Amino acid sequence: MADLPVSRESGVLRAGWGYASVTDKIAGLVLARPVRWPWLAAFLATLAGTVVYLGAITWLFIEGVGLWGIRIPVAWGFAIANFVWWIGIGHAGTFISAVLLLLRQRWRTSINRFAEAMTLFAAGMAGLFPILHLGRPWFAYWLAPYPDHMNLWPQWRSPLVWDVFAIATYLVVSALFWYQGMLPDLATLRDRAGSRGKRVAYGLLALGWRGEARHWARHETAYLLMAGLATPLVVSVHSVVAMDFAIGNTPGYHSTIFPPYFVAGALFSGFAMVLTLAIPLRKAFQLEDFITEVHLDHAAKVLLATGWLLVYGYLVENFMALFSGDRYEIAMAVDRWTGFYAPVYWTMLACNVLAPQVLWWRAARRSPWLLFALSIVVNLGMWMERLTIVVQSTSHDFMPSAWGRFVPTGWDWIFLAGSISMFAWLFLLFIRLLPAISISEMRELVKEESAAEVAP
Amino acid sequence: MNDPRWGLMAEYETAEALVAAAQAAHDAGFRAIEAYAPYHVEGLAEAVGFPRSRLPALVLACAVAGGVGGYFLQWFAAVHSYPIEVGARPLDSWPMFVPVAFETTILAGALAAFFGALLANGLPRLAHPIFDAPDFDLATRNRFFLCLRTDDPRFDDARAGALLDATRPLRRAEVAR
Repeated sequence: MADLPVSRESGVLRAGWGYASVTDKIAGLVLARPVRWPWLAAFLATLAGTVVYLGAITWLFIEGVGLWGIRIPVAWGFAIANFVWWIGIGHAGTFISAVLLLLRQRWRTSINRFAEAMTLFAAGMAGLFPILHLGRPWFAYWLAPYPDHMNLWPQWRSPLVWDVFAIATYLVVSALFWYQGMLPDLATLRDRAGSRGKRVAYGLLALGWRGEARHWARHETAYLLMAGLATPLVVSVHSVVAMDFAIGNTPGYHSTIFPPYFVAGALFSGFAMVLTLAIPLRKAFQLEDFITEVHLDHAAKVLLATGWLLVYGYLVENFMALFSGDRYEIAMAVDRWTGFYAPVYWTMLACNVLAPQVLWWRAARRSPWLLFALSIVVNLGMWMERLTIVVQSTSHDFMPSAWGRFVPTGWDWIFLAGSISMFAWLFLLFIRLLPAISISEMRELVKEESAAEVAP
Repeated sequence: MNDPRWGLMAEYETAEALVAAAQAAHDAGFRAIEAYAPYHVEGLAEAVGFPRSRLPALVLACAVAGGVGGYFLQWFAAVHSYPIEVGARPLDSWPMFVPVAFETTILAGALAAFFGALLANGLPRLAHPIFDAPDFDLATRNRFFLCLRTDDPRFDDARAGALLDATRPLRRAEVAR
């Protein structure tokens, strides 16, 4: 028995884990762990929030978008800021799963599954907002190209139509990628489940996976190919979202830095959300052996690096506004610093630029609760960035006679809080019903770590 | 060929033992070899004689078709079905058609990868004789299995049994059809 693979102490996995123990630990979180009050309390609270959200959506469909504070010139308001914020958060999951897989980063193994779930739920929340914002959401299907009796087509030259394709593709591809990776784990749950009901449910989801060598080979090929396809997709999605703004000629929107600046911001907010979810998760489920301080440290470094890319975006945005010599761009930039929405702008800079600098210290990168607090601050800052771009730019465009202010109503806040609630509710369901960490990849990691030299 | 058994199965504790046994079976001339592992074991597919997967070619073909189809859709709509002339600007404004064509490329490629792998693997298939084999629920946990199928024209009871015994498995069993 002595020659069975057992993990040695390494940064990405603590010592003493074997095939059986990692399997039983992660599967046990779903199958064996009793429901405890912290989860139940969070579940019920977010369920209540979700019900309120669905009720608010119903009321929106009856009443119309006049519920919100949007009025010309600010027609986009919270709904679109929330949309951009959520889709940005949804970027880290695919980045972790696809890009880090192709780069053969071992630290991705224990965080990719729940990061992908986060991506899926965040992209779902994002996809809802443009539809809610349509005004006549029952005509949402007009965005799809089909030969209709009106003989009309979507406007292919509009970034808003590109967005429909980008978000829809992103949702489908990330769902397939997630499910593909989960098939072997669903088979594990099927084989470990105690009750017949669970066995049937997981058995149906596992599609009869039995782990044959040829299946694994094709599975691996398909998984790598999907990672290769998802990598440019991640970059394209937020670039297209950025072009929703950049192609319009509104001062504050019309900027070529937008696509890369948005992608950097997306990874920044996405990694912040990964930390927001990972830190309570590892604590509550005692996963400190799998999601180690090294994982937190790496995620924090990505946060710091993408944070500096974002700083570059902020600098160029302001520089170009002044350098252009365009009086409308300059007026918009000055309004951003000193106008009605200036407190939002400066708070955003404090959250996104100043606060993350604490990550230069190793001790800070390895302190879970500090990282958790920082991740909340960054999420907040990124939301304010989206709000500044969406609202402040349109509130202060060309003619003073056309200026106007957006002030959110209670409904605006209900929709923001409701979407957060529903996201959290879906995530809470996910961690109880599906394996939050990829079991088969953890077994592979056990194998690699048992063979590898002891890493410092 | 009317063997009531699906195959002979041996159980191992390590991936190395399984790869070695699969290799030995393949070298001994068996062709209907199935190897089951709880994770993707490097070299196992080669050991059971799996040729290179043609999935990448399928994905490439579907991705290209998706891209061409996505572009065609826009070109057809904007140039033929509903042309809008604005100040003599070209109807086939290809740079504006790139993002959607790109997304349809990715979408078609990913669908091909997912469903291609699933169909090539013969999944979904909820019932399979191997599921009734003893200990097989551990194939998704920590054990490794090798199965020599009886429908192999070269299958020979004594030879197969001797070969599996020589690999010193944890346990040897028969799989009912």
